[in-house]
Amino acid sequence: MISFELSEYDRAKLDAIKEEGLICRKYARYYDEHEETEIPPDELPEAKDFAPTPNLASRQSEEDSGPSVMAMLYTVYRCWGDYAVKLRQPKAGGLGNAALMAAGTDEQKQRWINNFLAMAITEPGCGSDPSRVTASAVLDEETNEWILNGEKIFVTGGVRADGVVMWATVDKSAGRAGIKSFLVMKGTPGFEVAKKEKKLGIRGEDTATYVFSDCRIPRDQLLGGNEEVQKKGSGGFRGVMKTFNMTRPAVAAFGIGISEAALDFTREELEKAGVDLDYGAGMGNRSAVAEKFMKLEALHEASKLTVLRAAWLADQGQPNNMESSVCKAHAGSAVREITQGCIDILGPLGVSRDNLVEKWMRDCRIIDIYEGTGQIQRLIIARGLFDYTRDDLN
Amino acid sequence: MISFGLTEEQDAIRGAIREFAQGVVRPLARDCDEQSKLPDDFLQQVWELGLTTTQVPEAFGGMGADRSQTTTAIALEELAYGDAGLAVAALAPSGFVNALLDHGTEEQKQRLLPGLCGTEFACGTLAVVEPGAMADASRPKTTATAKSGGYVLKGTKRFVPFGDRATHFLVVAALDSEIAAFIVARDAAGLTIGAEAEKNLGLRAVPVHTLELDGVEVSDGDRLGGSAGGNVRALLDTSRAALASCLVGVARAAVEYCVPYAKERVAFGEEIAKKQAIAFMLAESHTEVEAMRWLVWQAASKLEKGLDATKASYQAWSYAGEKGLWVADNGIQVLGGHGFTREHPVELWFRSARTLGVLEGTVSI
Repeated sequence: MISFELSEYDRAKLDAIKEEGLICRKYARYYDEHEETEIPPDELPEAKDFAPTPNLASRQSEEDSGPSVMAMLYTVYRCWGDYAVKLRQPKAGGLGNAALMAAGTDEQKQRWINNFLAMAITEPGCGSDPSRVTASAVLDEETNEWILNGEKIFVTGGVRADGVVMWATVDKSAGRAGIKSFLVMKGTPGFEVAKKEKKLGIRGEDTATYVFSDCRIPRDQLLGGNEEVQKKGSGGFRGVMKTFNMTRPAVAAFGIGISEAALDFTREELEKAGVDLDYGAGMGNRSAVAEKFMKLEALHEASKLTVLRAAWLADQGQPNNMESSVCKAHAGSAVREITQGCIDILGPLGVSRDNLVEKWMRDCRIIDIYEGTGQIQRLIIARGLFDYTRDDLN
Repeated sequence: MISFGLTEEQDAIRGAIREFAQGVVRPLARDCDEQSKLPDDFLQQVWELGLTTTQVPEAFGGMGADRSQTTTAIALEELAYGDAGLAVAALAPSGFVNALLDHGTEEQKQRLLPGLCGTEFACGTLAVVEPGAMADASRPKTTATAKSGGYVLKGTKRFVPFGDRATHFLVVAALDSEIAAFIVARDAAGLTIGAEAEKNLGLRAVPVHTLELDGVEVSDGDRLGGSAGGNVRALLDTSRAALASCLVGVARAAVEYCVPYAKERVAFGEEIAKKQAIAFMLAESHTEVEAMRWLVWQAASKLEKGLDATKASYQAWSYAGEKGLWVADNGIQVLGGHGFTREHPVELWFRSARTLGVLEGTVSI
């Protein structure tokens, strides 16, 4: 049955995270302006009083939403508080953790589940096309170790992470099929955090450069354990790419949370200024500013629903590859338009660093880039529409 | 609960209407548009699908299914996927029937529904749209003035479906500072129905007429919902959601038509679908069709649950109006010069989309 109303139980969980989000928001500007400062996540004075993350999969009745839907809404309202709220998430939320759960062996999952794992794919010479990865992994049969070499950039949370799932090729001549992912823990000799990026936004989250120089790891730290290089198809690569079917909606949800915060702020300012938002009226009976704001709200709502749709499919056990890209593509551009448009409406108030809207606009700009740019999402959607392969359309 | 799941019944209805849209509606669409004509047997065929009567209680001649705005929205998307003009024609009688079901008094239902829910096509229609720039359904220029035992209506209504044959019209008018709706019989004194159908950009298949109300007198019992008045805001919300449903269907039609075309058409040595310029246009179009649909479902679901749906309906209507047109417009671009000719249906969908976006108050879900 089609329904868009949250149950009371759903709502209580989300209200709690919003409340916590507002506390975290007090520190948003501080994190933004102290990119260089390392503040451990739990040093927010109030963090000790925060309730543990509720079990999003728990449902009291048929009226409650599914776990993936709830996870997306939870993410939305976490980021509605502030993107840096993620800093105090329990240490199990890195992208590498998602890869571990999607592609790791049971033994690997058990061993590393409680670590914060970053994911290292991008290199100075390749971003959107991970099949061009040049970092290498060579097996030393004598010691049963992999020897890793290469440089990885834009590793989200890389400074804070306990370890990383890094992508390297075991056989350059095999192309995509030769790419495998490896679990490497911090402190392994030859694994160095070389740099922390200075960024436009999301400054509360660190972004690192890793250098691997003859870094030796045990043979069983190949994620999924399959050493075989299949000459045909994309082999293990596909397994890791599947990770993105839930992380893309999550990234879209980050953006939706931020744009909702910007809209809420702008709505309050419009109310103070006496602007009437009459949804029933025709265009001739609305001011230009009301019209613009209401359209941004509609865009936001549309985008949010595409995210929930992708999550709902996951809850039904249905494939959501296309829908994940649909919501990521939609939200990626929508949140840019919304946060930039809110500044348009707010004028100088919007660009003042006394408020957070200018920061939200900067934070939002990453949504259309990481976890697959908007253009990559469009390629995936188009391949789905045309029933094309990667070779047909790239 | 957030759920995008159809009931089994909705799934079956969607399948049946999709088949009807492909097999019956689509093949008729071009001729009906060119000749501004609607075959009588089409109306009867649609009637027999039961779109108008299914949700009417058996006591009033209907089939007694639960009133479901989401089901109607789903059906309307499918019909409009066949053709929006024919979809509006098919659903126009429901506009009147649904208004009575949702907001009418028992007396009004008993008096009017049986006559509109028989085995033969019959219709009352909505008279909401008005002439003049910036017409606003929520602030009608048509006025209702209370007098003893009833009201006097004055004003002009445009784009009234089936002005040539509707037995009743539901006229929306300003009553002091409120909006109210009134049941007007076609033979009411002071009502002049335009002799010729209007000529419009799109939706040419459905005959629409102009009504002049020059001091039309109606009784107290003819005010929708009786003396307290029905919730005309909610009535307009169902109309916005309905038009948005049609826009989703039209936009989807354009995308589905362009996909095989782009895979066949070759330029510079390869199919144009393999060019990012074309592929991205269609990827974005598909994305917007999805986004529009979920906004429509959200509005329909709120209406179904009896919640305030004004904001949700505005969002569905405004967003689908803008993006539906954009998708259809892209459709023409994908086909290039061919898209500009009437050999292909894309220009028809483009005209439909442009028209649907500005016609609050012609159909409802």
